[in-house]
Amino acid sequence: MAAVMPDHLHGEHHGPTGLMRWITTTNHKDIGTMYLVFSFIMFLSGGVMALTIRAELFQPGLQVVQPEFFNQLTTMHGLVMVFGAIMPAFVGFANWQIPLMIGACDMAFARMNNWSFWLLPPAATLLIGSFFVPGGATAAGWTLYAPLSVQMGMGMDLAIFAIHIMGVSSIMGAINIVVTILNMRAPGMTMMKMPLFCWTWLITAYLLIAVMPVLAGAVTMVLTDRHFGTSFFSAAGGGDPVMYQHIFWFFGHPEVYIMILPAFGIISQIIPTFARKPLFGYASMVYATSSIAILSFSVWAHHMFTTGMPAAGQLFFMYATMLIAVPTGVKVFNWVATMWRGSMTFETPMLFAVGFIFVFTMGGFTGLICAIAPIDIQVQDTYYVVAHFHYVLVAGSLFAIFAGAYYWLPKWTGHMPDERIGKLHFWCSIVFFNITFFPMHFLGLAGMPRRIPDYALQFADFNMLASIGAFGFGLSQLIFLAAVVKCVRGGEKAAARAWEGAEGLEWTVPSPAPHHTFEEAPVVK
Amino acid sequence: MSTRARIAAENRRLLVRLAVAAVVMFGFGFLLVPFYEKICEVTGINNLLKPDTAANTQIDLTRTVTIQFDANIHDLPWQFRPLQTQISVHPGELATVAYEVSNTRSEPVTGQAVPSYGPQLAGQYFRKLECFCFAKQTLAAGEKRTMPVAFVVDPGLPADVTVITLSYTFFEIAGRRVAGDGAGGRS
Repeated sequence: MAAVMPDHLHGEHHGPTGLMRWITTTNHKDIGTMYLVFSFIMFLSGGVMALTIRAELFQPGLQVVQPEFFNQLTTMHGLVMVFGAIMPAFVGFANWQIPLMIGACDMAFARMNNWSFWLLPPAATLLIGSFFVPGGATAAGWTLYAPLSVQMGMGMDLAIFAIHIMGVSSIMGAINIVVTILNMRAPGMTMMKMPLFCWTWLITAYLLIAVMPVLAGAVTMVLTDRHFGTSFFSAAGGGDPVMYQHIFWFFGHPEVYIMILPAFGIISQIIPTFARKPLFGYASMVYATSSIAILSFSVWAHHMFTTGMPAAGQLFFMYATMLIAVPTGVKVFNWVATMWRGSMTFETPMLFAVGFIFVFTMGGFTGLICAIAPIDIQVQDTYYVVAHFHYVLVAGSLFAIFAGAYYWLPKWTGHMPDERIGKLHFWCSIVFFNITFFPMHFLGLAGMPRRIPDYALQFADFNMLASIGAFGFGLSQLIFLAAVVKCVRGGEKAAARAWEGAEGLEWTVPSPAPHHTFEEAPVVK
Repeated sequence: MSTRARIAAENRRLLVRLAVAAVVMFGFGFLLVPFYEKICEVTGINNLLKPDTAANTQIDLTRTVTIQFDANIHDLPWQFRPLQTQISVHPGELATVAYEVSNTRSEPVTGQAVPSYGPQLAGQYFRKLECFCFAKQTLAAGEKRTMPVAFVVDPGLPADVTVITLSYTFFEIAGRRVAGDGAGGRS
């Protein structure tokens, strides 16, 4: 963060300097930077938890951590990565890019924007700090299923408050984004001329407003069950733990798309740039994104096929889930069609984007397999599911975040990222990613349950392989840190249009983007 | 300036609408609770608290099923036991057994029993016509009560099930030590 400051201070920035400048800033670029730095720190913390998990699973038996702590690690790894790393990273992109892309001078509510960011560090402190309270962090799994979450120690209360705060932050961020996109577009920038990244974020923001409050309600019910004598989920008072799962997944499934739709948007910006062709099927992309968002509200119970649902319910949720493959397929088709006969070059952002399409699609297919109720009952809570959602969340969301970071770093820092380091990062990431997660499919099909610190001997070889891959993948992320630090400090000067084929308003302002842009709204033809 | 002021006013209007939407969705989360219960009631998924009806009264004299009885208490100062450990019945035959429960605390306590079956599969063939588990039970201080269970085992019970265990667990209704209905606890 400190290294970024001098660049910005060269701009027309006035007001407090030093730490106070970052605490009081209402500038969308500063706030975007803070979101991105925050999410990277959380990404590293969640990564350390993941590597501790993989170290324990390197061999059968208990070597590194005790089962109680192992369960805390799996829980916190999930919460930190979902709420601390992936979601804030996308909000960071939105803050930086949306005003630049639609020709607005800033976000609609600059002061609220500052507040949405500064809620996150206290929330993260509560969450990580819960490791150090008596009883340790919550160990109920990131889904915080009742009745476990009702019985946990005080670490659970800290997690509930952290989720409340992060929820408020997300909702404020989402409202800001919706208002910015709907009201602050430059003259001539009609909805259907908007860059696809803005479209996907607009839809994501609506999803956030719709479901984050439901999660807040669910954890509030857990809280009152724990301390205030209600019995929403505690069977002892006539409550129903299965109802928690329904409410949670009513939030949880749209949440999955909250974490992937902005990724679709980033990929839809990058592929046309490096294929030097306009995006194939722009309108169908918009409609596909909307249909994914709408369908996401009617598929939640596919996470709960083993809870004793009637066959009619299983069939409904199974078919509704499979229906989502159609708009997703439209998107993959459009990306491939954009590349078709394009003049492609493979700079680091494009490598990550193409890697995204390959590996994310594999995760999509395993998702379809999990959607089939009779198969899901077999693979429920096994490593097959772990493999599936890491294929879509790591190779999907995370790779898109890397792609977007390399793509817009020239605009943020004024320097081109080092291609050699970037390519090294990409190839290490994609190879180690697959070494880590591909064997998990076999482990899951063979019946290895998730969230267990020990396992039967026949799973030993694949687990050792996955652990080696995980350490390789974890260390590879330090290459990303090196690439970003190098890019911030210097490097080849970036032109306003940093990439030859790049289109859009953000490439009309100088690199690095001055502190204030589009004070006078540009006119879009 | 006027354009800026107009945009700012529009922004505020949209902010209010979206904020209201967020608050409504928070309420919607809680609305899912009665909605869920209604669905369970209509579809009969979670009908532990309702008497079953025995449609087929044909007694299958060729088979005998052993029913074992089990009683547990969960975090409750009661004594709870079946008055018989097991009986043999023919499928389709009406049988009545009794459980005894007593409150050892020096104040009234309200509890609710939840039945479960072993094997789990047998649950859907076990028709309880009368059961103390259909309602909350409030026992005065030191009160002892004998409570009947009347049931029929459906003749459709798979042939390989020869023993069924019926197990009850009494839970204290939350909102403990609040008289009567147990404020805050949902029925």
